[in-house]
Amino acid sequence: MSALKRIAQRWACFAVAVALWELATRQAGDRFFPPPSTIAQTAGTLWFSPAFFDHIAPGVGRMLLGWALAAAIGVALGILLGRSRPAMAYLGAVFTFMRSIPPPLLVPFFVASVGITTMQLPTIVFGTVWPVLLNTVDGARSVDATKVDTARAFRLSRTQWTLGVVLPSAAPKIFAGLRLSLSIALILMVVAELVGSVNGIGNQLVRAQRDYELPAMWAWIVLLGVLGYLFNTLLLAFERRALAWQPRHSLEARSSATGG
Amino acid sequence: MPTMLEVADLGHTYPGKDGAHNAVDGLSFTVDAGELVCVVGPSGCGKSTLLRAIAGLITPTRGTVSLRGTRVDGVPSELAVVFQDYSRSLFPWLTVQRNVEFPLRGLPRSQRAARAREALASVGLDQAGRKHPGQLSGGMQQRVAIARALAYRPSLLLMDEPFASVDAQTRFELEDLLLRVRREQDTTVLLVTHDIDESVYLGDRVLVLTKSPASVVADLPVDLGDARDQIKTRASETFVDLRAKVAELLRGASHIEDAKLI
Repeated sequence: MSALKRIAQRWACFAVAVALWELATRQAGDRFFPPPSTIAQTAGTLWFSPAFFDHIAPGVGRMLLGWALAAAIGVALGILLGRSRPAMAYLGAVFTFMRSIPPPLLVPFFVASVGITTMQLPTIVFGTVWPVLLNTVDGARSVDATKVDTARAFRLSRTQWTLGVVLPSAAPKIFAGLRLSLSIALILMVVAELVGSVNGIGNQLVRAQRDYELPAMWAWIVLLGVLGYLFNTLLLAFERRALAWQPRHSLEARSSATGG
Repeated sequence: MPTMLEVADLGHTYPGKDGAHNAVDGLSFTVDAGELVCVVGPSGCGKSTLLRAIAGLITPTRGTVSLRGTRVDGVPSELAVVFQDYSRSLFPWLTVQRNVEFPLRGLPRSQRAARAREALASVGLDQAGRKHPGQLSGGMQQRVAIARALAYRPSLLLMDEPFASVDAQTRFELEDLLLRVRREQDTTVLLVTHDIDESVYLGDRVLVLTKSPASVVADLPVDLGDARDQIKTRASETFVDLRAKVAELLRGASHIEDAKLI
């Protein structure tokens, strides 16, 4: 019963908004604003057509692969650098500068240097690595002095120290970074495909816009929202399991999510 | 009894911007195997520096520390530490059982598990192995830290104000627990505390330190026998006398310091 209530609570506003949107668009009859029912119909045929394998799967695949690569690089490098005071003294400013560059601006550079057919992946990796890296560095630094002493007093091995103490200590921050970079990955995927790609969701969005297929264009936009919501929910569920040991996990995760 | 620990003419000076800070100076004492020695001194007198030097966590600027006649250089393998701050010393992401197993590397999996279970049972936590430290009370967490140290089977157990962060009732329980397990396992213990009563209640000997720079002003044997009781022992004449003596020595130590300052 309470589960039902929660679902109702979560989706009530959404349902009302969609209903109002439906009414308004039907009243207006403007071809730029097709009613949600029409968008849903188009989406149903578009998403589950061959377009799924031609455009959705390659786009999502690139996004997830890019994000996973960035996560691996960011976490590994962050753990190493975070435990070295001189390393961050030298590199801190460089990283902060790199991170401050709006990632979509790198698309033209990668188009020119890597080529229009293969630039999506490096764009995503480069754009998403910074939040993970900087958050991991921050987390790795936060290992408290007592744990450092404990690890030394019990003569923990380097592997035990790195994987058993530093990594879990940094985990809450790492997850905050991962969530941030996941949303950036989605943006970069579609921006890279908008600018130039032989396939993908962004590519199809531009095509629909050029052909004045407005319901199709809306359907692709809705798909991006759905994907963003879905991946974030999956990552949150994974994070909850991985950080279940944290006594006040939900509270801290929320407050650090924006702190990235 | 053979000598377990020998501290000879130990001194440590921390470099600092506004002059070096001399935390420990000319400190010498020995601890025999199987003894429980309490080091008592005023807050900030350099007790922690002493303990960290023995544990090999810092390299003292002067003097030597020897364990079983071998000079300590780095962290000795036969030593375990129980810190005051149990909540930070334990690893919250590991279960209680895994926390105790964690330092026991180089042993087969089954043996590690068995040792950890045994140690947890000896501190009365045989039911808590699957829990996480965050689910336990402060006193229980410190028990886990003690179990972790015991499972390591150290020749020397160092304890840095181990009961300073728990409530009085729990403190009594943990003190008695320590007395029981050190008797059962014949462990040598060096315990640092600022609490005079605790040092007398627990110790076979009490070392009284002066204010910073710390050095030993008195080495008092505690003739209270092996069986101690929180109410009877603390009410006994020997206990009351010793406590007064330690208190006086500590006051004297700080008087000397004050006089020097003037």
